[in-house]
Amino acid sequence: MSRLLARFAVRFPAFHLDVDLDVPLSGITAIFGPSGSGKTTLLRCLAGLERVPHGFIQFGNDVWQDEKRSLCLPLYKRPVGYVFQEPRLFPHYNVRANLLYGYTRIPSEARRIALEQVVDILGIGHLLDRRIHHLSGGEQQRVAIGRALLTSPELLLLDEPLASLDIQRKQELLPFIRRLHEELRIPVIYVSHATNEILQLADCVVLLKEGTVVGVGTLNEMLTSLRFRGSFGSHRVGGVLETHVIGHDSQYRLTQLEFKGQSLFVPLQPVSVGQSVRIHIFSNDVSLVVGRTHSPTSVLNILEATILEIQETDQSSVDVLLDIGAPLVASITRKSLVNLGLKPGHRVFAHIKAVALNEELVE
Amino acid sequence: MGVLTDLDLNALWVSVRLATMTVLVLLIVGTPLAWWLAHTRSRFRPVVEAAVALPIVLPPTVLGFYILVALGPYGPLGRFANLSLAFTFTGLVIASVFYSMPFVIQPLQSAFEAVGKAPLEAAWSLRASQWDAFLTVISPIALRGYISAIVLGFAHTMGEFGVVLMVGGSIPGQTRVLSTTVFEHVEVMEYSQAHTISAFMLIFSFLVLLAVYIVNRRFPIHVS
Repeated sequence: MSRLLARFAVRFPAFHLDVDLDVPLSGITAIFGPSGSGKTTLLRCLAGLERVPHGFIQFGNDVWQDEKRSLCLPLYKRPVGYVFQEPRLFPHYNVRANLLYGYTRIPSEARRIALEQVVDILGIGHLLDRRIHHLSGGEQQRVAIGRALLTSPELLLLDEPLASLDIQRKQELLPFIRRLHEELRIPVIYVSHATNEILQLADCVVLLKEGTVVGVGTLNEMLTSLRFRGSFGSHRVGGVLETHVIGHDSQYRLTQLEFKGQSLFVPLQPVSVGQSVRIHIFSNDVSLVVGRTHSPTSVLNILEATILEIQETDQSSVDVLLDIGAPLVASITRKSLVNLGLKPGHRVFAHIKAVALNEELVE
Repeated sequence: MGVLTDLDLNALWVSVRLATMTVLVLLIVGTPLAWWLAHTRSRFRPVVEAAVALPIVLPPTVLGFYILVALGPYGPLGRFANLSLAFTFTGLVIASVFYSMPFVIQPLQSAFEAVGKAPLEAAWSLRASQWDAFLTVISPIALRGYISAIVLGFAHTMGEFGVVLMVGGSIPGQTRVLSTTVFEHVEVMEYSQAHTISAFMLIFSFLVLLAVYIVNRRFPIHVS
């Protein structure tokens, strides 16, 4: 696992970037924040497209920038792949020539990723001999991703690659981005201001506000942190759980998932036993029961939980941070909190009324 | 071309050589300058742009006069070359480079502005160095700008008169070009030769401009 160290401190009247990052890069790290928070600038700094004073960047054992030594590797000497917001394909080349542009520019012994592999993952085999302006926006962006992958990068930088696409194309491209990480094992830094993209893709989140990194953590840590969860907008996700499929119930058309020894049921899914499934639980869908209820309940998913922290969100409701083997937030009314006398340390049962699967999250 | 003398054909040859040399020099000097003008944020940019555009408005005799002085044995360029370049072919090339500069720089600058930095950054991200990116991405995308620049630069040099008369002196076989030949013929009342050369220049110039407009209007450019 490579670590990324990045330090910038730039303060200009119109532009401000204050970053001190030391993150392990495995999986997909999202740089998340509202528009204008400096996400793209940060990514461009990492790539070497912007040179800031006092910058320092180290990836693994390689120093890419150290202004104390006046060192700054140009982008073409950094082992990164970069996908821009717009595809930026070369109009005078066809798809194949675009894909091979970077491939032919790296030494043959450094080529770990082959054209066939990329074509297969991205599903662009039928486009190879086409001209660029005959492609749709989604197809162009897939070619742009393929072109970057074919440089066999050690780190893939994606700058809101879905921003210019409509919702349908976004949904179409998201699984490809997930797959390319899973199949090629390249760490990815993914810039986005769209919560649903982060929920579906990110393993780690770097939260950026007004040019300053305000928080870094795993997706679930960030989503369930009572301090940061407000930054993820109105989605009010209470937690993201990585589960395994343990079976299907064909009679009641349910799929059974396992999470840390506990069972969860979701409507029957086209997934095979053993497969990992990422699920999202909205905090409003979690209710709390003190002691195991003996009255029958229609809720199928009941998890044992310990209360870790309680925080008021507005005058009528509170967020309760639970430990269910992973953090999970329940949003309940202040009245219920008082009625049940809930305090940190109490053991409760979390009744989960609905579970959303990864693919079901649409803006 | 029965009415044309050997001297006239010789002038045509000098014109073509002069225009070719001028365009070559301007492409080499003009590419980095046009790139700089297209992308710089320097406050000197308008100053340089105005200087480049000067030959469009300056009387050719004025430009020719200054270049003549500069090229002469006591001028800076003459002293540098340690001989007088005035009334030589080399001097003529130097003068033409200045005179035709805006016609090469401006199309290149617009082309580079239209291309922008985005394809360049994409090429860098695909391991292309500056030169590589310029040759394989920027120039092909800016190809139409190059065609306009070459054609306009060539045609404008073919058509110059005042500057070549001042600097070259219309020496047969060395610095006498087509445009000055027309003048010489008219001076000695050889109207039929003047007619032939003028008609040639007229048709040539029209075809050149027509080609530029057609190229700019159509033909998406593909390399592979």
